[in-house]
Amino acid sequence: MAEPRSVRPRTNAGPGRLLIAVYLLFAIAASSRAALQIATRFDEAPLAYLLSALAAVVYIVAAVGLARAGHAGRRVALACCTLELVGVLGVGAFSLARPDLFPDETVWSGFGSGYGYIPLVLPVLGLAWLRHTRRQMAGAPS
Amino acid sequence: MTAAATTTGSPADGALAVAAIVLSLLVAGWALVAALRHRPPDRLQLIGLAVLELLLLGLVLVTAVALAGGERPGEPGSFFGYLVTLVCLPPLAAVLARMEPTRWGSAIVCAVCLVTPVVVVRLQQTWEVLGG
Repeated sequence: MAEPRSVRPRTNAGPGRLLIAVYLLFAIAASSRAALQIATRFDEAPLAYLLSALAAVVYIVAAVGLARAGHAGRRVALACCTLELVGVLGVGAFSLARPDLFPDETVWSGFGSGYGYIPLVLPVLGLAWLRHTRRQMAGAPS
Repeated sequence: MTAAATTTGSPADGALAVAAIVLSLLVAGWALVAALRHRPPDRLQLIGLAVLELLLLGLVLVTAVALAGGERPGEPGSFFGYLVTLVCLPPLAAVLARMEPTRWGSAIVCAVCLVTPVVVVRLQQTWEVLGG
């Protein structure tokens, strides 16, 4: 079962590729939503729409970081997943505590309830995956 | 197709949409079985994605006919955004599945085929907002 590429575990193969695919889907969803909201009705809920845009950027950069798979990519992905987790928890809590600040939904509202709570699960999976591949990397000569 | 064009409801509501949703869920189920059995994406998954893409392109055609007939979606921006995203999903799944010839390729097909029905439903909702 010795695969040639298992010598150097990477973030962009195996389960990582599935993760990148889901990140891509959310990058598309969040960026098109943010673009539309900002273009058509920015004045209604500027905070919510800017957060949508931020979420979109984070998803795109995280996907690129995971796909690049080098040390820099890994660091970028780590920063993005952390920011994402903080974002979804923070915005989720705020959207419940102060609904007046969020007259319209963002990807992260209600802990991502509008998207099947996947925005909440995704950064956790991302961090777990980075941790998993780092442990493998530490064992292999780099 | 003619039935969808003549009804006053959403062009994204017809038998084509139902067929796309059902097929997408079937492919998702089959891909999930493959992933659980440690199988890479097989020919059946790729054929399923191809047929799904044809159904979605049919949906675009029906929509184009409705637009030519003077009908308009309730939220044009969202509607066309979803429509463009929708036709990109099966090719995306196929490309990623080819790049990852392991069980995780099947998992990718499963994930994308679970998202596709959601986008079809959103497509229907964004058409109906104003027109009803």
